[in-house]
Amino acid sequence: MPTLLEMRGISKTFPGVRALDNVNLDVEQGEIHAICGENGAGKSTLMKVLSGVYPHGSYEGEIVYGGQPLHLKGIKGSEAKGIIIIHQELALVPKLSIAENMFLGHENAQNGVINWPRTTHQTEGWLRKVGLSELPGTLVGKLGVGKQQLIEIAKALAKDVRLLILDEPTAALQENDSDKLLALMLELKAQGVTQILISHKLNEIARVADRITVIRDGGAVSTLSAQDISEDRIIRDMVGRDMAHRYPERTPNPGEVLLEVQNWSCWHPEQAGRQMIKDVSLTVRKGEIVGIAGLMGTGRTELAMSIFGRSYGKAHSGTVKMGGKATDVSTVTKAVAAGLSYVTEDRKALGLILEEPVARNITIANLPGVSRNGVLDKRRETQVAEEYRKQLAIRTTSVQQKVVNLSGGNQQKVVLSKWLFTDPQVLILDEPTRGIDVGAKFEIYTIMKDLAAQGRGILMISSEMPELLGMCDRIYVMNEGRIVGELARSEASQEKIMGMILKGEGKAA
Amino acid sequence: MADVTAEKKGADAKSGIGALLGGRLRENGMLLALVAIVAFFTIMLQLNGKDFLNPANITNLFLQNGHVIILALGMLLVIVSGHIDLSVGSVAAFTGAVAAYLTVVLKLPFFLVIPMVMVVGGCIGAVQGYWVAYWRIPSFIVTLAGMMVFRGATLWLLGGENIGPFPTAFQAMANGFVPDLFGVGKPNVLALLLVGLAIVLQFWIGFRARARDAEFGIAQEPMGFFLSRTIVVAAGTAFVGYQLASFRGLPDVLVLLVVLTVLYAFLTENTVAGRRIYAVGGNEKAAKLSGIRTERLVFLCFVNMGVLASLAGMVVTARLNSATPKAGTGFELDAIASVFIGGASMTGGSGKIVGVVVGALIMGVMNMGMSILGVGIEFQQIIKGLVLLAAVVFDVYNKSK
Repeated sequence: MPTLLEMRGISKTFPGVRALDNVNLDVEQGEIHAICGENGAGKSTLMKVLSGVYPHGSYEGEIVYGGQPLHLKGIKGSEAKGIIIIHQELALVPKLSIAENMFLGHENAQNGVINWPRTTHQTEGWLRKVGLSELPGTLVGKLGVGKQQLIEIAKALAKDVRLLILDEPTAALQENDSDKLLALMLELKAQGVTQILISHKLNEIARVADRITVIRDGGAVSTLSAQDISEDRIIRDMVGRDMAHRYPERTPNPGEVLLEVQNWSCWHPEQAGRQMIKDVSLTVRKGEIVGIAGLMGTGRTELAMSIFGRSYGKAHSGTVKMGGKATDVSTVTKAVAAGLSYVTEDRKALGLILEEPVARNITIANLPGVSRNGVLDKRRETQVAEEYRKQLAIRTTSVQQKVVNLSGGNQQKVVLSKWLFTDPQVLILDEPTRGIDVGAKFEIYTIMKDLAAQGRGILMISSEMPELLGMCDRIYVMNEGRIVGELARSEASQEKIMGMILKGEGKAA
Repeated sequence: MADVTAEKKGADAKSGIGALLGGRLRENGMLLALVAIVAFFTIMLQLNGKDFLNPANITNLFLQNGHVIILALGMLLVIVSGHIDLSVGSVAAFTGAVAAYLTVVLKLPFFLVIPMVMVVGGCIGAVQGYWVAYWRIPSFIVTLAGMMVFRGATLWLLGGENIGPFPTAFQAMANGFVPDLFGVGKPNVLALLLVGLAIVLQFWIGFRARARDAEFGIAQEPMGFFLSRTIVVAAGTAFVGYQLASFRGLPDVLVLLVVLTVLYAFLTENTVAGRRIYAVGGNEKAAKLSGIRTERLVFLCFVNMGVLASLAGMVVTARLNSATPKAGTGFELDAIASVFIGGASMTGGSGKIVGVVVGALIMGVMNMGMSILGVGIEFQQIIKGLVLLAAVVFDVYNKSK
């Protein structure tokens, strides 16, 4: 197959950091080329060089695209050549319709007047191509993340894409949405669209990629073809060491019941009459790691947040017991005082104050712990932050560093530290490893193991089934707001969980 | 009482600057700008054969800009919490009118009037804060409404006329001076002592903060930098202090300003409540999920703003010696400008008391310098607008680097 893209000896230096060091990448016409590497390895920087975000001249090395040297001045230039990148954070305007989003920036217009019939008609065509049946006039904000992702792809197709770059497209997607997306990628490949896939999810890579390039510490380590792909090999290349076990060894030793939720229900905060959580009962024991599996939008986060100080929903009913006694957890303050913590799935929006330093983020949920009579003891605060920095191996130049400058895995450790400093008995971890790399994931798992060994109870919500199977002693399966099954570690498998979800769907309908 | 004043004076705004600048480019830049602006006007006026830094002008600087600093302190909290208050000018006018009514018409003594008016201000803040915090009505709208409502209420209360004059006890709030306890008079020995103490404390707090930073492993500014800045600030304090002492002593307003500045600097930097306000402005949802009662804090920021607005209203009314329907016009803009010149972020979550005070002083010095220089009011407005823009552009530029 002819080579579509050749990047030769790409180096890019930021003040004090060499982000890319002599990276070579070649992508063949019509293939799906996966790029993987830990967070901060340089994947995004490489893609920014390719898409013109860093213009020609700001990096060293040469890019040859379709046989021609590529000298880009900006992102417009790369789009004109059919190189389109879909970022992890979607770039759609929620308050505009699908059609408006689709043609944003290159509207179907004459003399500045938009031709709406043509826009609508063309949008319909592109939507069909990506398997969506939404009306072009639907507001994008009303769609789920999965569908928004498909719209991004439709938008790229509308721009005559030749090389489509997908930056962690399934990071926020649920299994079935991911499946659809991967199937679409294969379909586009059949139509001759060359694609670069950046992903942490090795099973997805194995499914769609023809070749894989692993990047580590700013340099390309290896390019493998699909035949040679083994997950262990990729992991080894990514982290530069063998990782025999992806989950830490632990001997579960569950004690008495710490958290007991009985007949918990709540309703949607705005849509009257829509019950989001239906009669849920669950328990978490001392030293136990309990999982909640289920599809996205099934109410897992809503369940956790409604228990945690009624942070979600209204008209709550049911009881929450901590340590066997009925406990008032009707506000966050009371829930925290009762020994409950909730580590959010959306650490940037709900977990961290990004512009504030690590130390201030760690103490914010327990300021009384670093103050006397309402006056802060900053020395104590720094000590506390330093302790957690050591304990959880938070990689930062100082605890006075702003958290916005930390990588995803380290940010997650800061959020964990914040809650550990409230000394919780039960931690609810909502997607604790979302968007962080393999090495950091292992560290988070190890922290979870240690917490359970200390006698705390952990309730883990996750969309990654291998993670649930690898870490949990027990798994609840949730679907459409209710718990449809419970599996012990010994009997749990991906097939069983999926089976319960599907059967549960049958029941609910 | 004198001791208490002495202590608070000691931890003066300027020593606060010494302690809190901590190698931060923004605030060092602000201070430099203040020094440069003062130098500029001194030279320009000298060339025109006029005096700038004479005792009378320095005294007037504080008398005439006290209300802006008072308002800006409260405005910082409101802006840090992620909101804005456009009503403070009208509220100051209204509370000033209430003070006038109570004092002149009902003939109540000042020690009753002052707390009563502060309660009125607090209630006004509470009403506005209630809508903003608990109903989530945008503060811009609520306080824009408040701006109109309380301007109207002022007109109604005053019946379109001025109320005054005030008894001297009330006027002292704005025009009074701390008497010399040592009875010397000129120079005012008490004032000199307090200023000397302020300078000593300034060095002490500065060095203590450095020692603490060193212990925590926080990156420090170079020693030379720290020393030269502290010396500049100390020299400024000494000069201003000496000039004031050789004139009429320390103005009461200055004492009030120093006390309030120290109080609010402490509140924002060193207390749980202050820290939580920054958290609310930095990320309200995260703050809420961390167990912070965000609504109540926002509500309290507005109550506090109302109380400070009433204080500013009384100071202005006392200075003019009458409550007028047009009083307080544009105060909100001066206060907001001071906060942003002082380095606060439009989106909330950051900004410092010291920066705000320096920002307000920059505005005040420019007002006065340009007036003495004979610059027309039209150009004064244009120049002040450009300075506000330049300060914020400087900020954004530094952040993007």
